Formats: sequence, C-alpha cells, structure tokens
Amino acid sequence: MLRLVSLTKTYKTGDRALSEVSFEVPAGQVVGLIGPSGAGKSTLIRCVNRLVEPTGGQIFLGDTEITGLARGELRVLRRRIGMIFQEYALVERLTVMENVLSGRLGYVPFWRSFMRRFPEADVATAFALLERVGLSDHADKRADALSGGQRQRVGIARALEQNPELLLVDEPTASLDPKTSRQIMRLIKEICEERNLAAIINIHDVVLAQGFTDRIIGLRAGRVVFDGAPSRLDDSVLTEIYGEEDWAQMRRAEQEDEEDARAEMRRREMMAEAR
Amino acid sequence: MTSAANTASLPRRHWKRPPLLIKSPLLRWIIYGGALVYLVLAVGTVEVNWSRVYEGLERGWRFIQGFLVPDFTSRWRDISVGLVESLTMTVTSTVVGILISVPIGIGAARNLAPAWIYLVCRAIIAVSRSFQEVIIAILLVAMFGFGPFAGFLTLSFATIGFLSKLLAEDIEDIDETQAEAIRATGAGWWQLVNYAIQPQVMPRLIGLSLYRLDINFRESAVIGIVGAGGIGATLNTSIDRYEYDSAGAIMLIIIGIVMVSEYSSSHIRKWVQ
Repeated sequence: MLRLVSLTKTYKTGDRALSEVSFEVPAGQVVGLIGPSGAGKSTLIRCVNRLVEPTGGQIFLGDTEITGLARGELRVLRRRIGMIFQEYALVERLTVMENVLSGRLGYVPFWRSFMRRFPEADVATAFALLERVGLSDHADKRADALSGGQRQRVGIARALEQNPELLLVDEPTASLDPKTSRQIMRLIKEICEERNLAAIINIHDVVLAQGFTDRIIGLRAGRVVFDGAPSRLDDSVLTEIYGEEDWAQMRRAEQEDEEDARAEMRRREMMAEAR
Repeated sequence: MTSAANTASLPRRHWKRPPLLIKSPLLRWIIYGGALVYLVLAVGTVEVNWSRVYEGLERGWRFIQGFLVPDFTSRWRDISVGLVESLTMTVTSTVVGILISVPIGIGAARNLAPAWIYLVCRAIIAVSRSFQEVIIAILLVAMFGFGPFAGFLTLSFATIGFLSKLLAEDIEDIDETQAEAIRATGAGWWQLVNYAIQPQVMPRLIGLSLYRLDINFRESAVIGIVGAGGIGATLNTSIDRYEYDSAGAIMLIIIGIVMVSEYSSSHIRKWVQ
C-alpha cells in the first residue's frame, strides 16, 4: 500500500538524514520505527506527506507516486494520510470540535471552513470519533484546557476525521506518562485494526514499540539496519541500532514502571471503594 | 595543552564570565572608551542660552498656572468640535489602517509568503515607517488642504507601517507545529491562515490595534498643529492666543482620554487571551 524506493534526503546543510531507505507497508500493518535521536525517523515520516521534500528516491501510496505530485495534487493526496504529532500540535485557541473538523479542511471549500459550516456528515463523523476516543463531553472546550492524554486523543480524532488510508505517527507518547502512553498506543493499535489502517509510528520507547506494533524497522544514521517482527528484536539487534547498552536493565525498569502504574491503579480503586 | 590538563585535574575555584560581545580586551577598551569620549564632547557642544532659559521660566510658569485653573467653558465649542474631529479621525484611520495592514502583514511574514511578495510588503512597511507622522501630515496638508481629511490619511498611512511590521513578526514567531498539522490535513493556503495562523496571532493583533488606537489619538493632537485638523488645531490656536487656561483644559482632556483607553485596553487584552 505504501512503498518507499531508495528514499534519500540530504538537507541544505549537507547533512544526510536518509540514505536509500526502501520498504513496503501493506494495508492494516502497524510499523514501529525506532532508532536513536537524529537517525532520521522524523524526516522519514515527513517525507511521506512531503512536509519535508525528499531529495531522491520515490514514494508510492497505492498507485500514486507522491514524490512527483504538483502542489494541488499534493493537497488531495494529503487528505489520504493522517498525521499524529509528538506535542499533539492542536491549534490551542480553537475548540476541540474545530480541531477535529480541521481534518476535513482538504475536502471542503474555504468558505465552509471559514464560516465553520461543515457538511452534516462531517460533523456526525466528528462526534462519533470524539465518542470513540472518549471525549464526547469536551467538544466545545478549548484545546488548551485539556490534559496531555486528552489532547493526544483529539489529535487522533483529527487524523481519523480525514478518513485516511495511512497514519503517520510522530512520537505519540514522548510527552505522556507511562500509563497514558500505553493507553494511547493501545488506542492507535485498536483503531488501525478496526479500520484496516496502515500506520508508521516513530517511537523512542522500545518496549512500547514491541508491545503495540506488528513490525519493527530500525534506523541508524539514515539507513535501515533492522526490519522484522517485534519478537526478533533482541539485545544484539538493539546494540546494532543504538550502540552498546545494558538492555536487560531497560526491560526491568520498564516492568517496574508498569507495576508501579498498576499498583497506583489498585490503590485508587481501593480508595474509590472505601468511599 | 598542559593548562587544560591541569584544570581537568585540579578543582577550579575561580570563574569569570566570558566577555559577551567583544572578545579582544584591547578592542573592547578602544570601543567603550571612544564612545565615552564622544559622549562627553558631544554634550559639551550643546549650547545653552541661560538668560533665555531664565526668561522662559516665567512663560512656563504661566502655562502651569493655566493647568492649575483650566478653563473648559469659554472655548468649549471649539474644544468639542476639535475633540469630535480628532476622535473621528482616530477611529476611522485605525480601522482603515488595520484593514490594509492585515494583508500586508501576512505578505511580510517569511513563513507564509513567497519571496517577491515578502520583499514588496517589507518595502511598503519600510516606506511607511521611515517618515514621522508630522512630516507625512505636512505633505498631505499641502496636497489635500487643511482639515481632518489630511489627518485621517496621515494616521492611516502611519498605522500600516506599525501594525504590518508587528503582525508580520508575530506570524513569524508562531508555533510551527500547529501550522504543520493543518498543512498535513491537505488544507489550502487560506485555510492554513484561518485555522493555524489566525487563532495564534489574534490576541496580539487585537492588543496591537488597541495600542495603535491610543497612539493615533495622541498623534492626532500633534499633527493638528501642522494643520491636519482635530484637537491639535484647537490646542495650537489657544496657545497662539496665549489662552493657557484653555490649552490646559485641552491637555487635561487628552490625558484623560489616553488614560481611559490605557485601562480599557489592558482589560480587553486580558479578556481575549
């Protein structure tokens, strides 16, 4: 469904962010893209919807060659690709509903979006999506009144409002606590299954990536150094991607985090019962 | 190399902030010292005619006395006509100025406009900012005759330079990720401006507009002196007639209006945040 053919990006400064990256993502597959900071993960997903212009290679979404599109065609293509951001990237002074409806901007004429008179079907979809991500009571709140986890849910709803074929997800959990991170990753995974959506998720957290993706691609210095099932991601592969480190300790720490979160939940439940 | 090795091994107890602007100590002393010498010499060349200052003190005192016993009544008709003229001039020129400034400001923001539009808009801003209101007023009074129309044009023109520049800078300072997110949905340029830029810059635009309204009122008093109508013309007339009590009344009214707009604008700015 998505096909990258020797994708290359060299920045004007001469830094080579991506060199000859090729892979294919079938419909419905959730791909975790891991790698150290500066490995080119962010550049890679931004090349897919051309927020960053690639300098070499080709990208295909279905039969469309993204890399060759003119500006107007690119707009139409971007409707097919939903994007979810690290710091949520909601427009803070707009309401939750306006943020979700902004997913339809590529479909409606300017006057409709300017007057906030979106077609009824779009509004209905938006309400259904807010319901799905558990925010139906918050439609008229301003986006900056929400917590981090809630904002990311709005971000997910906005991406889905586009009715996309592909999700690009850039560090969705980097500003969230461990428990909310797992909830957000679970939500993304479930939604991809429900809609047979393909997704590329940039993620720092190796354990989360293993838990919630179907396939892992490891980048190092702009090159693919690993591509396979999450279960194949062992210590030697991690060392290849990130360099030398005590990986067993990372897994232990992650487990402790999770146990802490579970203990916290149990404690809250007990307190709620006591009341 | 040896000193670096030493500092690594020995605990350092002394630390000085590295010089901020000029690294070389000699150059630093030359530049700062030169500036100081120039300042002293320049102040020395200012001629003060002390006997004239002494004479002027009395006139100044009469002026202050006029302030202390302001006369609102005997010239009230002139004052009220001047005030209405000034306020009309202020409001219309601010509104027209804002309407023209917004597109120019957007065009002068490097992250939104293509290079040639950017250059054209920046040039307009530079022209508008390079002339002081009084100079423009003198020119426009010569072109369109005495009265508030010249004042209205002057203030509109000055507003464009001020608002467009600050708006453009605010647009350049926005959170780019919000714009990126809107772009990623397939939004067009107008939708990008409406959904990603406008919500971010609106509070500042409103604040700046109120501030400019305030400035325009004050400037309307100044440009009236060169013939552009309004309260400035009334003020000028009363000073020419040595009616310092009426002049005092006019200045008190100006101060009052500026204070009211100051308080209300800070209130409105908080409210639109």
